Amino acid sequence: MDPFHNPFIAEHAERARTIPLEEFSPANPKYMEMDVWRPYFSRLREEAPLHYCEDRIIGPYWSLTRYKDIMATEVNTKVFSSSSTFGGITLMDQREELPMFIAMDQPKHDEQRKVVQPIVSPQNLENMEKLIRQRTQRVLDALPRNETFNWVEKVSIDLTNMMLATLFDFPFDDRALLTYWSDSATANTLGGGHVDSEETRERILAECLAYFTRLWNERVNAEPGSDLVSMLAHGPATRNMSPREYLGNLVLLIVGGNDTTRNSMTGGVCFLNQNPDEYARLRANPALVEPMVSEIIRYQTPLAYMRRTALEDFEMHGQTIRKGDKLAMWYVSGNRDSAAIDNPDQFIIDRARPRQHLSFGFGIHRCVGNRLAELQLRILWEEILQRFSKVEVVGPPKRVFSAFIRGYTELPVRVIP
Amino acid sequence: MPRATFIDHAGESRTVEGAEGENLMRVAVLNDVPGIDADCGGECACATCHVFVDDAWLDKCGEPTELETSMLSFAATAQPNSRLACQIILTSALDGIVVETPVAQH
Repeated sequence: MDPFHNPFIAEHAERARTIPLEEFSPANPKYMEMDVWRPYFSRLREEAPLHYCEDRIIGPYWSLTRYKDIMATEVNTKVFSSSSTFGGITLMDQREELPMFIAMDQPKHDEQRKVVQPIVSPQNLENMEKLIRQRTQRVLDALPRNETFNWVEKVSIDLTNMMLATLFDFPFDDRALLTYWSDSATANTLGGGHVDSEETRERILAECLAYFTRLWNERVNAEPGSDLVSMLAHGPATRNMSPREYLGNLVLLIVGGNDTTRNSMTGGVCFLNQNPDEYARLRANPALVEPMVSEIIRYQTPLAYMRRTALEDFEMHGQTIRKGDKLAMWYVSGNRDSAAIDNPDQFIIDRARPRQHLSFGFGIHRCVGNRLAELQLRILWEEILQRFSKVEVVGPPKRVFSAFIRGYTELPVRVIP
Repeated sequence: MPRATFIDHAGESRTVEGAEGENLMRVAVLNDVPGIDADCGGECACATCHVFVDDAWLDKCGEPTELETSMLSFAATAQPNSRLACQIILTSALDGIVVETPVAQH
């Protein structure tokens, strides 16, 4: 049986074709969880590139779905704010503001971003490569043979939280907490998981802050180190942050360094199994790992959108986005826009300009860790090709209930030597 | 057609021709000059076509916009003569321009 067979797709393709657009809310987390989002977004790109809807949970919002419009909005930071003062970067307005530098405008954004940016300097990436490779080899060598296991848990989560522990110089044996806090920060409270309310989320994040406050206190009195906590504790733009702002920046760095890479590590296995000819071409020519990594990140789009809030009225596609309105830039849709990318629904491991995709965002908020993410994925696939003729998907993937995080909780696989 | 010389981080020099009015990033990409990633395709939105402009040519390139200055401030190893190649338009006045590409883009 095909593990990727989706029994819902035909019904949703029909619904996507016929639903009155004003009744359609693209941010319904079910579309991502059920993996039926494609026909809806393809219709929006075609018929309603600037789409308005009133969602009964998240309220009214606009959606942008074309590559070019998203790019133009990304660089128009004078009109489109990321600030947590207005609601930040996700559609659901928060009850209590959580400031973090991705959810700040200039100039404060720039000052805080520059504090942490050296962690992913070209020199630092070069220094980390050996460590990442050794860990990847260890994780892959320890995988069970001739038996089904969950790739998400044994590979994707393990590799990403080890990386994160290193970046924070976080106690290694406690590193599972990083994954737990990351998942808690992004969980949709209606998803049936351990975060069933905003109160639960706040309680868990308070534990995260308490733990990291201990690390801050150790490091603020020591010589400046090269880990993220030390950088924040000594950085001129961050050393006087409120605890709430420290928590916000921690959540940003934990989610940014964790969820996204983790889900691309899983996505790649899915896409190569769905495209056996591409897998064969990769095996025949391991040099294709490099362009493939960018293609995996495009095809996965681990963050489906980013939100902005209009600071003034703005005309687009004959409509007026009013001051104060919220707007989602759907990266997941722009990455499938045939006006910007040839055969966008095809997974092609050797595209001519593979880095031209929206998954990292663009402009001043472009993912600070993009080259590290690419490095981790490149090493993972180089080492997989050294060991296994195939990582075979043997059961259906389970996807996250979220309109924001495009990820997996489960991918049953076997590795074939 | 105006010519432009790109010197990579190892010191290797490549001189190519570009159409007048074309930006320097596109000139590099069309001629397969290494060291120019250009992730955003010329929208001044990624800072991966970062170049160091030879001092003799810097003034002739004009002033960077506010957006370019912001993007450059996030580029690793930015210096006073840093520019984004996608924002430099090749004209006859820039015929012979010399730029270096940073080690981060290779």
